Amino acid sequence: MKRAAAHALWSHWRRHPGQALTLVLGLALATALWTGVQAINAEARASYARATAVLTQDAQTTLIARDGGTIPVATYVRLRRAGWQVAPVLEGTTRLAGRTVTLLGLDPLSGPVLPQTAPLGSGGIAPFIGPPGQLYAAPDTAAQLNGAVQPEIVVSDDLPPDHLIGDIALVARLLGRPDHLTRLVLAPAQATDLPPLDQIAPALIRADPAPGSDLAGLTDSFHLNLTAFAALAFAVGLFIVHSAIGLAFEQRRPMYRTLRALGLSARALTGLLALELLAVALMAGLLGVAMGYGIAAALLPDVAATLRGLYGAPARDSLGLRPGWIAAGLLMSLLGTVVAGGQALWRLHRLPILASAAPRAWRRASTKGLGWQGGLAGLLLLAAGLLTQTAAPPHLGSAFASLAAMMLGAALALPPLLAGLLALGTRLARGPVAQWFWADSQQQLPGLSLALMALLLALAANIGVSTMVGSFRTTFTGWLDQRLVADVYIDAGSPETAQAVLPALRQTATAILPRITTEARLNGHPGEVQLLSDDHSYRDHWPLLSPAAGVWEGLAEGRGALINEQLAYRSGLAPGDPVTLDGTALPILAIYSDYGNPRPQAIVGAATFAALFPDRAVQRYGLHMDPEDLPALRLDLEGRFGLRPDQIIDQASIKAASLRVFEQTFTVTAALNVLTLGVAGVAILTSLLTLASLRLPQIAPLWALGMTRARLGQLELLRAGVLALFTAILALPVGLALAWILLARVNVAAFGWRLPMVLFPGDWALLGGIAVLAALAAAAWPARRLATRPAADLLKVFASER
Amino acid sequence: MLLQVQSLTKTYPAAPGTDAARHVLSGVSLTLDAGETLALTGESGSGKSTLMTLIAGLDRPDSGQIRIEGADIAGWPDRRLAQMRRRQIGLIFQQFNLIPSLDVAANLAFQARLAGRFDQGWTAIVAQRLGLDGHLSLYPEQLSGGQQQRVAIGRALAARPALVLADEPTGNLDEATADRVIDLMLELVIDSGAGLLMVTHSSRLAARLGRRTHLSHGRLA
Amino acid sequence: MSVRSLLCAGLIALQPSLGLAQGFAGLASDAEGFALPQPNPSFSFPRDHGPHPAFRIEWWYVTANLSDTAGRDYGVQWTLFRSALHPGETAGWDSPQIWFAHAAVTSAQRHLVGQSYARGGIGQAGVTATPFAAFINDWAMTGRAGPGQDGLSALDLTARGPDFAYDLQLDADGPLIRHGDGGYSVKSPRGQASYYYAQPGYQVSGHLDLPSGPVAVTGQAWLDREWSSQPLAPSQTGWDWFSLHLDSGDKLMVYRLRDTDGADFNPGTWIGQDGTAHYLNDGEITLTAQETTSIATATLPTTWRITVPHRQIDVIVTALNPQAWMDTTPAYWEGPVQVTDAASGGAVGRGYLEMTGYD
Repeated sequence: MKRAAAHALWSHWRRHPGQALTLVLGLALATALWTGVQAINAEARASYARATAVLTQDAQTTLIARDGGTIPVATYVRLRRAGWQVAPVLEGTTRLAGRTVTLLGLDPLSGPVLPQTAPLGSGGIAPFIGPPGQLYAAPDTAAQLNGAVQPEIVVSDDLPPDHLIGDIALVARLLGRPDHLTRLVLAPAQATDLPPLDQIAPALIRADPAPGSDLAGLTDSFHLNLTAFAALAFAVGLFIVHSAIGLAFEQRRPMYRTLRALGLSARALTGLLALELLAVALMAGLLGVAMGYGIAAALLPDVAATLRGLYGAPARDSLGLRPGWIAAGLLMSLLGTVVAGGQALWRLHRLPILASAAPRAWRRASTKGLGWQGGLAGLLLLAAGLLTQTAAPPHLGSAFASLAAMMLGAALALPPLLAGLLALGTRLARGPVAQWFWADSQQQLPGLSLALMALLLALAANIGVSTMVGSFRTTFTGWLDQRLVADVYIDAGSPETAQAVLPALRQTATAILPRITTEARLNGHPGEVQLLSDDHSYRDHWPLLSPAAGVWEGLAEGRGALINEQLAYRSGLAPGDPVTLDGTALPILAIYSDYGNPRPQAIVGAATFAALFPDRAVQRYGLHMDPEDLPALRLDLEGRFGLRPDQIIDQASIKAASLRVFEQTFTVTAALNVLTLGVAGVAILTSLLTLASLRLPQIAPLWALGMTRARLGQLELLRAGVLALFTAILALPVGLALAWILLARVNVAAFGWRLPMVLFPGDWALLGGIAVLAALAAAAWPARRLATRPAADLLKVFASER
Repeated sequence: MLLQVQSLTKTYPAAPGTDAARHVLSGVSLTLDAGETLALTGESGSGKSTLMTLIAGLDRPDSGQIRIEGADIAGWPDRRLAQMRRRQIGLIFQQFNLIPSLDVAANLAFQARLAGRFDQGWTAIVAQRLGLDGHLSLYPEQLSGGQQQRVAIGRALAARPALVLADEPTGNLDEATADRVIDLMLELVIDSGAGLLMVTHSSRLAARLGRRTHLSHGRLA
Repeated sequence: MSVRSLLCAGLIALQPSLGLAQGFAGLASDAEGFALPQPNPSFSFPRDHGPHPAFRIEWWYVTANLSDTAGRDYGVQWTLFRSALHPGETAGWDSPQIWFAHAAVTSAQRHLVGQSYARGGIGQAGVTATPFAAFINDWAMTGRAGPGQDGLSALDLTARGPDFAYDLQLDADGPLIRHGDGGYSVKSPRGQASYYYAQPGYQVSGHLDLPSGPVAVTGQAWLDREWSSQPLAPSQTGWDWFSLHLDSGDKLMVYRLRDTDGADFNPGTWIGQDGTAHYLNDGEITLTAQETTSIATATLPTTWRITVPHRQIDVIVTALNPQAWMDTTPAYWEGPVQVTDAASGGAVGRGYLEMTGYD
């Protein structure tokens, strides 16, 4: 009996392969997006974990040069001989085999300083030191360098791409810097009776781990972003599944009736259908996980680039299969199926044997529901608004909570709003067809509202994210123009060299702007203080958030300091408040934007700087000069003073590099945007397909009363377009609200800077057009099916048996 | 002549698994004048409903001729047939087939407005005569079967069609209700001067119409 | 770009234990490119107190037997090793010389150990002959001999570990002696050898900083100087080495190289009260392990009987603290011993025992 029943039930899918495909595809798509993002997150987190496992990294205090320059090897030796437990680190970039790589030189013998962890290799210290020595590199980097360089390349899974680790002697040779170090790592435990640091190494200061530089915390917002997208995509996918399952259940109602009449218990019937759902969930889950892997593999390089570029997080490009997200993907697929099919199963379980096989009367039932839904939506939107106003400085959790409340509220508000619009249309309609069109659209709304909510969310996300990205890009490029005032930047490496090159610079440059940066505590937070010379180029361009008269005069005369936005947000400072720089309080003259820098920073004039940090000498310059003279200057400085190419950088190169990092940052979100919109399109298609069969009895009389099938098909198409258009219009404010939360709340919480919102109406029009086109494309097939429907199909409606 | 049907044949292709094609109509001829009422009786599967759908232009005959108010509808495109249904024909189905998204008033007026000859006064009379004036703002699902069929009749007659085609209009109603509905329909049809062709399997109902003809195995008796 | 995270990624790569783990076993490796000790050496001091970078391995090895005012015994070790990856010396990071050092303070109850590593070439560790100074990080053995005196005759010795430190003054009361044949010390019948001399007789005073507080101590010390490139035969798995200060004023150095491939090699040096050294041939000495102690993965003899019949020596040597395991890289056993007469059981001296190759 059960076998026969199962055969009968499941024969449905053989007869409707398209429907089966829709169901599996919808669920698979939803699972794929979810799994893909989870895979990316898992991979990135694994990268951090690898790095963290190495060393309780940010608990590691380092010693750096006060003047931001290098540390003589002799200073290191002096510290060691005095009993300080420090380990030398030499870092620099160079070109190896045509690639720009960062080299990290370490001394394997600074043993007691470095915590014990599992060694990478088993070769021992001799091959590591060499000659020729070894360089450890990530697999892809290793593949590119192998054979192209002298040292042996050792593959290490623990390294980020394009970063090589080698013995300090080898790195010093490759960088051509035998006598200097970049920093010293200070062991956590030091003897108590050591000579004080400022006696034996006065030029060094401790750089405590910067607060907020905790990778997990920093990147959490990014991952949260991705996860939110994934959840959205999954929800959209569930709309598809819901309608596909709904259709399959609806179509088989007469069969259920017959099977029940023939003696199959409700329980057995429900069990069979649950089994069917389980099979679908597993099949779609596996397919979805496979597709998710594809998505993740395609997106991961960009994600990794973002994480590296924006946060300095050591993320890798290559994707591993992790049981975690595979299981999570399958689970989500099952869960989704339960959510989407549970209601249908429940209804079926309670279905009286001889219940009418006719579709429910949706209209009246849903009118009450709409009011309730509208109320809930109002409450959610109110909550979203309140949440954005709590917590100052903005808190990431509340920002995302308000984001979620806003999106959900907007989605729930859509059906009542659309119903209102359609009712208005009905009222204003002239002519019976128009009147029927609006009234019928209202009637169909409950069946389509899930898909339309999906579309709304996808569109809002699109508008929101593209507004954020656009605002970011506009602001960032403008800011780069402002901030990079000098034509050429020179880092002499040491105060001595800086003095030595001055005559050469004077010959070429029209203006020489000395630059000094020093580590300091800003209102108690570790950060840096920068010297800014009094130059018109700064006055004209520096990106002040609150320009006021007399700022530059005040700075030059030592009457105060400028601070960056990050410090202002973190410490709740405003112009006029005092800021303490290493204990000295100065009034804040203005606040400037400082994108891309997570640390607090302050700027003072030359006199103030000299008073605060008398022992700090100039090591860097900004030059105003004719860029055409750069090659000659470069040749001169490299030849006569031994400057490395990376110590002389022109403005254009910095800009190009900065923008490259930036562009990569949003490739991922853009890709997810497109995918989500695509899924919403599929949701509309499946909803319309579901409705198409159910609606035949409603359409047929119109045909009988004298409307052609072609006309009815056109009206179906028009309806999809109109609903999509309305949804797109309603999505606009939602998307802008989303952008505002992202820019003014999430960004501030995650990065410490707020971006002005820039609007791109052209993009909205384009997006609205795309939405309508997507809806039309989704509706085209059902509409065409209706227009070419054989008369016999329609005539069946009038036959006494249905 | 309002309706002239001549030598109409219709054959449905063999269904899968059966060997013979089904000859539903094999040369049916009939005529109907304005103001005339004709009952078409026959067994289940005798071809009654098929004859109706052919006359309504919902399907096409294999051969033979249908003239509505003198015009041969053979070869008319869908658009022309749809126009004919709007303007000249009133259809009444056993399943009522009202438009669920429109209220009673809109349903009543629908076809008339579609045909471009909506007449407020006449529609009001029709509604009143059918006893629907108290229910104009209700929706079809809120009505009983008898009420729904009265709306369907009203919808057909409000458009002042020349020819009313009714396919088992009372098939879903109990006997008492059926009698009342038929009375109303006949009254209105006769008052409006239209012709009525009604398919029914009930000889009791058929007896109430002006003429009767019996269809058996695709032929008129 | 976050440099901090990179550093972290980098640090995994590097373990101080990595290469040095080859340790004493490395003593048996090839001498390719390195100089080899030759018979009939002519040492020149103070030059030869300094490093010999042409040779692979070299050490400055001090062991001291000390007592506090309450009569409690202590042992102190201070060892600086030089290990060359390649022969020769270069200034800067490119130096092939690697330095590491071990220090220990041993009492009957405690055995405190510290170790230190450093690169050659940058001034973090090294040895200079004139004036004599051996140093690594903040550990040092610094000469304070007057003009005309041997550079090693007066030394200040300092080291610190995680839970101890010491500061000792060493003053020699006799001349340097040469082990083996005039300083050429054969390690195997197959010809492996080292250059080997010593200052066996220091009077020591100074203090120890122990977890329980500072302790003033006095006693005797012994300094060994040895360098070579391939001192062991491949089948020689380790050694047991004794340096004994006898109450008679005589001193005895005995070692046994254990061989998997035949007889152990067991020579020594007898140093009379007048400071003259007499080579003891393999076969003149009998070493017998009497009791063993298990430490970590090793089981070692910590009570020995030593007989040198033609010097009328028959003594029992017992570890002051059998748990004197040097958990360093490489790991070995090193600690003070007490010497008693085998017949009477009376105390006749003290000294140091080193055992390698048991782990």
